Amino acid sequence: MKRHAPCKVSYNMRGRRGGGRTRLLVVAAGAILAAGCSTLPVTTGPMEPPLRRYEDFVKPGQPNMLEVKDSVEGFNRGSYRFNYYFDEYLYRPVVRGYEIIMPDYLEDRVSDAIDNLNEITNLTNNLFQFKLKAAGVTVSRFVINSTVGVAGLWDPATRFGLKRQTDDFGLTLGHYGTGDGSYLMLPVFGASNVRDTTGLVADLATFNYIGPIAWVNDSTATWVYSGVYAVDRRHRTPFRYRQTGSPFEYELIRTLYTMKRDFDIEQTKTKDVK
Amino acid sequence: MKSLLVLAFLMIVPAAAFAAAPVPPTYFYPFVNPYEATVMELPREFEVRLPSEIPVREFVVHPFPKRHIPEVFWYENGLTCSLAYQDREAPLVFLIAGSGSRFDVPRMLKMQKVLYKAGFHVISITSPTHMDFVVNAASGLPGIASDDAKDLYRVMELAWQKVHGDVRVSSFMLAGYSLGGFDAAFIARIDEREHRFNFKRVLLINPPVCLYDSVTALDQLLVDNVPGGMDNFDAWFRGVFSQTMQLAESWGPGGLSGESMYRTYKRMQPSESNLAALIGLTARMNAADMIFAADVMNGGGYIVPKNVRLTSTTSLTRYAIVAYKTSFADYFNEWLLPHYQMKEPGLTRQALLQRENLRALEPFLKGNAKFGLVHNEDDIILVPGDIEYLERVFGDRAWIFPSGGHMGNMFQPDVVSAITGFLKGKEE
Repeated sequence: MKRHAPCKVSYNMRGRRGGGRTRLLVVAAGAILAAGCSTLPVTTGPMEPPLRRYEDFVKPGQPNMLEVKDSVEGFNRGSYRFNYYFDEYLYRPVVRGYEIIMPDYLEDRVSDAIDNLNEITNLTNNLFQFKLKAAGVTVSRFVINSTVGVAGLWDPATRFGLKRQTDDFGLTLGHYGTGDGSYLMLPVFGASNVRDTTGLVADLATFNYIGPIAWVNDSTATWVYSGVYAVDRRHRTPFRYRQTGSPFEYELIRTLYTMKRDFDIEQTKTKDVK
Repeated sequence: MKSLLVLAFLMIVPAAAFAAAPVPPTYFYPFVNPYEATVMELPREFEVRLPSEIPVREFVVHPFPKRHIPEVFWYENGLTCSLAYQDREAPLVFLIAGSGSRFDVPRMLKMQKVLYKAGFHVISITSPTHMDFVVNAASGLPGIASDDAKDLYRVMELAWQKVHGDVRVSSFMLAGYSLGGFDAAFIARIDEREHRFNFKRVLLINPPVCLYDSVTALDQLLVDNVPGGMDNFDAWFRGVFSQTMQLAESWGPGGLSGESMYRTYKRMQPSESNLAALIGLTARMNAADMIFAADVMNGGGYIVPKNVRLTSTTSLTRYAIVAYKTSFADYFNEWLLPHYQMKEPGLTRQALLQRENLRALEPFLKGNAKFGLVHNEDDIILVPGDIEYLERVFGDRAWIFPSGGHMGNMFQPDVVSAITGFLKGKEE
């Protein structure tokens, strides 16, 4: 292994930890700049091989599910670190405030309403994959929930036996055989890969051009919707950074995310209506 | 006639209560298979009722304030503990988490509520085998109970210093489950010398008798139950993962709650070997986390090469793969033993193993009224003869339940009353 110069950016960041309000900014800058950092360890003297060497345990060519293609790992790890601080000091405190102010019943109404608007994404992707039955279910759900369910605040369609046909453009791409490219840890959004990030951008664009945002055409409403959407999304995600208590949490998330998306894509190929 | 009845009552009841720590005759536990009991979450209707919120605050202790924490552990900043507090004077229980667990895992939070509800203040402490403890509070290599107990004792003293102004405490108790119960016995021995707390009662819940035997048994569950051996681990895990996802979908928005798991379980029985392998896998992953953290904190040489500095962006994948291929027994034989032998020339493997055995504490435990034990006959971490041994040592302060696996029944009402009953003692 080569000798590497210390990564100046992250080294300085450590010195400034606990620096109060500037911390988040420093970390944000660090997350982006860390992209240039090496993922190889820094050597501080003559390196001795450890007692248990990787080469002794892994035969060449034997795949291990922890080894996911990760071309920008340095950036991703910086981004993972950024997300930890962002979540801890900004995102979750905001969500906690929301949870304190809002009664649980109203929180559920907001979630239902957002799910109802997102049926547009489900529908376009059901159609892209020619899952006509699923598309039919999605349309019926939207009609029922928007009317009987009062603009989607309630979800009577599920009670009528119409299950949500969740779909996104990342799954559509996977359905047609697009590989996942490489793993990506997106700032704020979290675990993803090149395929799913492309999908995310496409879905957002669709939502913007033909979805509710286009119907209203008011930038304040768009901002409010985006804010509520972000808060609701975090409110409904039980995941907490560092909850695994493992030094290998980054690896574990990467593997589980990849396996989950592979599983979902496999499901798009075998079934129409779930 | 009436007085005869009363007399008979008076004679029978104390006899039944104190003869041999009775297990209620009505004890019912839905899982009779010990692997199921260990893995499956108990449905709410079988569980003791607990308050939804209790007053708790978290605080951080720094046993080694000048310690340099390597950058790869950028998220570590002191050892967090928690205090559940009563607003009146009450006894305080130090609660030690099981192997690889933090102070705030669901089981610890629930046990904290159980003890709070029974009228205790509770300080919850992370296991010395969890990476947070290894990085912030371990004085050397983790895994030898007598030395881990010294580190735990130090943390408990610091924790007490942090909170003693805020709570009124009448006496101190100590409790722990699994490895935490085992640790508790060793901590109590230190306290016998140091007298910082003078524990009134010490409760061991589902502890191992011989730690090495127990962790080896757990690891063996993984090795023996992956079809085709560990070389097929990936394929096996993918299969289990996809099965779980399929089930999770059918559970719907209820998610992984106890009731839905129980319902699903009744519909589609998961295979016993898969359950066993998953228990073994959890133990293996806990060990891997501890071993890696200990390696980095001690300058490397086992999995991480010496003279390398891991940063927050260093790839750890290769170390993770090797760590997951390392069992506690490997760590013990290849690193702990030589390490201790270097410090104490002439130390044999047998002598070091003896320090990992409750039998080493027998003279101290036997006939000592402050110790209590709650255990299950079918606990998978025990080897044949262990239960009989524990019954002999703890006598009428041993509550042995017929089923429940490894801690599966911890919140079953009869188990809870054995736990709180012992800690509360006879005077209440």
